[in-house]
Amino acid sequence: MTPTYKLVLEPGRTAKNYWRDLFHYRELFLILAWRDVAVRYKQTSAGAAWALIQPLMNVVLMTVIFGTVAGLPSEAGVPYAIMVCAATLPWQFFSSALSLASQSVVNNGNLISKVYFPRMIVPASSVVVSLVDFGVACSILAGLMLWYDFWPTWRLLVLPAFVLLAIAAALGSGLILTALTVRYRDFRMIVPFLMQVGLYVCPVAYSSAVIHDKLVQKLGSSLGDRCFLLYSVNPMVGVIDGFRWAILGSARAFYWPGFILSVGLTAALLWFGVFYFRKTERAFADVI
Amino acid sequence: MTDTVISASGLSKKYVLNQKANGDGLRHVFHSYMTAPFRWLTNGRSHPAGSQNGAPVRPRPSGADFWALKNISFEVKKGEVIGIIGRNGAGKSTLLKILSRITEQTEGRVEISGRVASLLEVGTGFHPELSGRENIFLNGAILGMGRTEIKRKFDEIVEFAEVDKFLDTPVKRYSSGMYVRLAFAVAAHLEPEILIVDEVLAVGDAAFQKKCLGKMQDVAHGNGRTILFVSHNMGAVMSLCDRGIYLKKGEVAEEGTVEKVVHSYLSDGVEQSFHVRFDANDRAAGDEVVRVREARILGPSGTPQGAIRVGEEASVEVEYDVLLAGFSPRLNLHFCAEDGGYAFASIENTQSKRTLGSYHCRMHLPANFLNAKNYMISIYLSSFERNCVHVELKDVLVLNVVDDANSITRQSYSGPFPGALRPMLQWEVKNL
Repeated sequence: MTPTYKLVLEPGRTAKNYWRDLFHYRELFLILAWRDVAVRYKQTSAGAAWALIQPLMNVVLMTVIFGTVAGLPSEAGVPYAIMVCAATLPWQFFSSALSLASQSVVNNGNLISKVYFPRMIVPASSVVVSLVDFGVACSILAGLMLWYDFWPTWRLLVLPAFVLLAIAAALGSGLILTALTVRYRDFRMIVPFLMQVGLYVCPVAYSSAVIHDKLVQKLGSSLGDRCFLLYSVNPMVGVIDGFRWAILGSARAFYWPGFILSVGLTAALLWFGVFYFRKTERAFADVI
Repeated sequence: MTDTVISASGLSKKYVLNQKANGDGLRHVFHSYMTAPFRWLTNGRSHPAGSQNGAPVRPRPSGADFWALKNISFEVKKGEVIGIIGRNGAGKSTLLKILSRITEQTEGRVEISGRVASLLEVGTGFHPELSGRENIFLNGAILGMGRTEIKRKFDEIVEFAEVDKFLDTPVKRYSSGMYVRLAFAVAAHLEPEILIVDEVLAVGDAAFQKKCLGKMQDVAHGNGRTILFVSHNMGAVMSLCDRGIYLKKGEVAEEGTVEKVVHSYLSDGVEQSFHVRFDANDRAAGDEVVRVREARILGPSGTPQGAIRVGEEASVEVEYDVLLAGFSPRLNLHFCAEDGGYAFASIENTQSKRTLGSYHCRMHLPANFLNAKNYMISIYLSSFERNCVHVELKDVLVLNVVDDANSITRQSYSGPFPGALRPMLQWEVKNL
């Protein structure tokens, strides 16, 4: 009969059972994620089709501009559209997760200032929304593969690992941007711009092999290789190349140094994101 | 059953006002990072004021700190219903926010044993696009209920809210009354061990308020839960709570039985106005004919006091000197309710004659006559012989009338009674 739940509140003290608390609030997490998904396409006539239209238009545009007009090479034996699509899916997921997450706490200000729950639930549920969109958009890829009669290999089974990597990258940077947005609304302007730049910096519309070849051609093979490793620090380069490796099954060798670097940086991002978010979340209600 | 469930010691909460001036913007942070490596250049050569003897330059102390709570300590025992009262800005909401973990105190420590649910607003997290049904689940989860728990109580909630016809309509199409009813219905079915409630009864129409209060009473007394309750409605506080805490400017001004605390809250700030002495030079208090010396409000026991209960009698006493023969100044007392408008005026109606000398007048106010309000009392002295007003003391006394917890006219209704007066009149009822 006596309550076993005991709580001590002290300034600067991070709750000892933070993760247990987070687990305790899993139902709220699920229901908030469900709410965000349910509400996303309410009162739109196209409804969930928007989750298809946007990436589809991107694939078409980038295929035409980079593949046909600019004449960039695709990976060996792969239709350009499929190569672009294999990268657009994770990129769209990453960028939408990041934009939604960074706004999420501010947009849920009424909740934050009236009810307690581990605040991490809010950006995490935005990531779930993007994940659902991602799942829907995967049907574009399936459609394209049927259209081009292009069949995946056993490597497709490894794809979930790369999806996990994308989630970790999105959540890690999302947490940092969320915490920063609560404090500095400047990030409301910065994030969309970052995403715009990221679309061109990451090898979405072209193969990363193009970058590699250009670097080697310009700087010589050893310096060029090193510069390409630097390019691969970007976690999304690792994710996108992983997606392409798994889906396209191309002959191109898996670039381990770049991938390990990406994974390492993603882990660091996630760790720092959680750390920074936890450090600042206690003051969210005061600054929001 | 009397173990402590909440114990707070030395709670303080500081807010920094005027953040912009303190360089909190991103630009300032960025600027201070960028200039940090070069700061020694400016610091090394010219000593800014305050660092003459090599002491590091401390950041300018901001005069904009605001302590919403200062060193608050209290204990709550299991099963108690505690009313937290105080004026706006006294720190009530800050206290509740700390206890419900929404914000963090600057100093001090709280120990809580038991599951806490806080209800600082009705309908927190309601989403306008979602239907009533969906919002019940959403809001329930936000308030800390599990899915199975909500499912179990679903019918009860719908019935309480009286919205069964509109369950699948988005709540943005609800009338505001329906919206509030649904929101409160979810909240009313919370079953935590400790419930923290902030001023949520102030919504909805009178009938619904009554229903909510009844539900709260069930929760409080029937199930032995611990409740912390903030309200400006003293009637509700008195009928619900056993104990009270009166916060004033962030500090505990009074703690104890709810009657005592409500009384000291209501009579606070008006203590100067129930007993007034007038200076002999005070031009407003007299002319060449008559001069008021003293005026006071007496409680039922005959001692000066500023607050009485609806069910208590009181009197107003005025002492004055008649300075010129040939006048027979009569006292008029005018009562105005705090919310504007005259309540009534009463003129002295005895047969006594006035000659030179001092007089002492007393007007009796019967019990069950005034409403639960603050009354401003103005004192006038006028002579009918010449039809002139000698003394005009506007709003000099303030009488605070406090509601009784459970009077016969109230029963379980907790809302305000309309009208400037609330006389107990004679009624006749016949069964035909």
